Amino acid sequence: MSNTGHPEVAESLPPPLWLSPKDRFQQVIDELRQQGYTVVGPTISQQAIVYDEIDRIEQLPRGWTDVQGAGVYRLQQRQDESWFGYVVGPHSWKKFLYPPILRLSAATPTASGWQFDRLTDDPPRYAFLGVRSCEIAAMEVQDRVLMQGAYIDDAYRRRREEAFLLAVNCTLSGANCFCTSMQTGPRCTAGFDLAITETPEGFVVETGSARGRDVVAACDVRPATKAELAAAAAAQQQAVDQQTKRLDTADLPRLLMANLDHPRWQEVGNRCLSCTNCTMVCPTCFCCSVEEVPDLNSGRVERQRKWDSCFHEEFSNLNGRPVRPDIPSRYRQWLTHKLATWHDQFGTSGCVGCGRCITWCPVGIDLTEEVAALRETTA
Amino acid sequence: MNSGAPPVPPWQIHPMRIAGIQRELEGVATYSLVFAGPPPPRGYQSEPGQFNMLYLPGVGEAAISLSGDHRRTDGWQHTIRLAGRVTRTLSRLDVGDQIGVRGPFGRGWPVDDWRGNDVVLVAGGIGLAPMRPIIYELLRRRSEYGRLTLIYGARTPSTLLYHTEYPAWESQGLTVLATVDRATLDWTGHLGVVTLLLDRLHLPQPETTVVAACGPEVMMQYTAASAAARGISADRVWISLERNMQCAVGFCGHCQLGPQFICQDGPVLRYDRVCSLLKVEAL
Repeated sequence: MSNTGHPEVAESLPPPLWLSPKDRFQQVIDELRQQGYTVVGPTISQQAIVYDEIDRIEQLPRGWTDVQGAGVYRLQQRQDESWFGYVVGPHSWKKFLYPPILRLSAATPTASGWQFDRLTDDPPRYAFLGVRSCEIAAMEVQDRVLMQGAYIDDAYRRRREEAFLLAVNCTLSGANCFCTSMQTGPRCTAGFDLAITETPEGFVVETGSARGRDVVAACDVRPATKAELAAAAAAQQQAVDQQTKRLDTADLPRLLMANLDHPRWQEVGNRCLSCTNCTMVCPTCFCCSVEEVPDLNSGRVERQRKWDSCFHEEFSNLNGRPVRPDIPSRYRQWLTHKLATWHDQFGTSGCVGCGRCITWCPVGIDLTEEVAALRETTA
Repeated sequence: MNSGAPPVPPWQIHPMRIAGIQRELEGVATYSLVFAGPPPPRGYQSEPGQFNMLYLPGVGEAAISLSGDHRRTDGWQHTIRLAGRVTRTLSRLDVGDQIGVRGPFGRGWPVDDWRGNDVVLVAGGIGLAPMRPIIYELLRRRSEYGRLTLIYGARTPSTLLYHTEYPAWESQGLTVLATVDRATLDWTGHLGVVTLLLDRLHLPQPETTVVAACGPEVMMQYTAASAAARGISADRVWISLERNMQCAVGFCGHCQLGPQFICQDGPVLRYDRVCSLLKVEAL
């Protein structure tokens, strides 16, 4: 930011760089770690590509891809040595920015009653490696929920503001990707510190911030040639061309809210198991509960925030009875919030088109199909 | 509402001491709470219709409306009916005991916007508690309002909340119409649901009449329907809604009703914003 009081004049973006051979990517990881970041990136665990702490390029899922369908996720060996030749897995960066369990406060018994202390933690400075465009969009959605309303989630804000985002432009689309419909990808256009595009010979590296420029300055990079940029652009175009899933968002909030009594809710509710998987893998779902966690020895009681889901029957309990006692009403709550009322509340869709909820649904419910069905027989 | 005031830190719990317990009815009591430690910057500030999260360590929290005079600077009042684990445990505490409090939260009754209007308050059961701050405020500023009426329904004559205050309210210019579902031999008042009284109420100028309702959801819906039949449109009807609340600041999602988080956009909402949503079952 300039300190002259004038808005920063949009400077022309620095020219993209070229990092090759690919093994030099280790330099990026080393520099991030050198700068005090905890590097989290894609790695294979339990037959899926998940996000975990890494320090070596050998931990990346080199040569692997993920084959996805409705209720289907399989790792498969690629024909090439692509490092980032997969789309998104069951994890999202939400688990680091918005931890599944967060200690909020503690109550300690005193002679006269209780002492209440707010608990704040000292989270690591994360560097997220391999962030996809839809995932940047998801963070921006959660920013609106947790940082840009009347109240601020301080734990989220501290993590988010510190996090270094090393984005990866998708060079393929999965069967459940529909980011082009949601206008969240596949190309990363903003919100990153560094964005890389993988080609067989090396990485084209774009810098999106001073922090990003600072990190690549320590690496053996040079300006990318026209041919290298063309190869990267062609790779990015593949992701666009491969994408087949669509969600027609035209007038969608109004359409859904005008069809709250549509028979399709009952139909999909009969298939839905209310297992909560879709909300757990969703990178924007933020519902949580607060639980009492007593220590029986000391009498100290902690309050902990835990991820919760609107698919739990007791989620809506009021005076001991659920407001949404059946699965159709809970599926309707989730879908209408995600695609309709989210706009009213936060000025954006709650869906970024990552497709995780389709992949990880045990019965293969596909929200794009549900919307299409509602649209076809709209009231 | 809350203009200029910085929001309270959402998870900050204040230790408060029970300074008084007023038994109101069977299973209903009003607790006066004072800060046990140094008061927060906002002190006892609140708006009529706002709520606090009352916290009992190891048991949990409950969202409870403030029921006292919101201009008092010596404590907060909460009128609590035994309903769940938190309120049951609270009922076993005594004067001098401590609890935790977060708040106040939410949007209250827009009493300033009602100036120059006739105001009809419709309450059912414990729903009178969140309305009592309005009553105090309207009567304090009596000359700024037209006709003031309270229609209050309870199950039986012995469950009329705050009944000892009605004469004072009447003498200050509030017409109190009480009705019960089941009369006793000594009851000479009205019988039946509150809307029967609303239907018969003299409403000379519906276009400058405001209706505010708090009670069971179905009661509020019928109240709004009666109001509409009397020429009071839905944008002149205000209700206070109740939902599961865990954070009170729009983070936890439990209290959602369509585009509203009841904790943040409510609990007091203009009826035209929610009437179609309330008609949808299990929304």
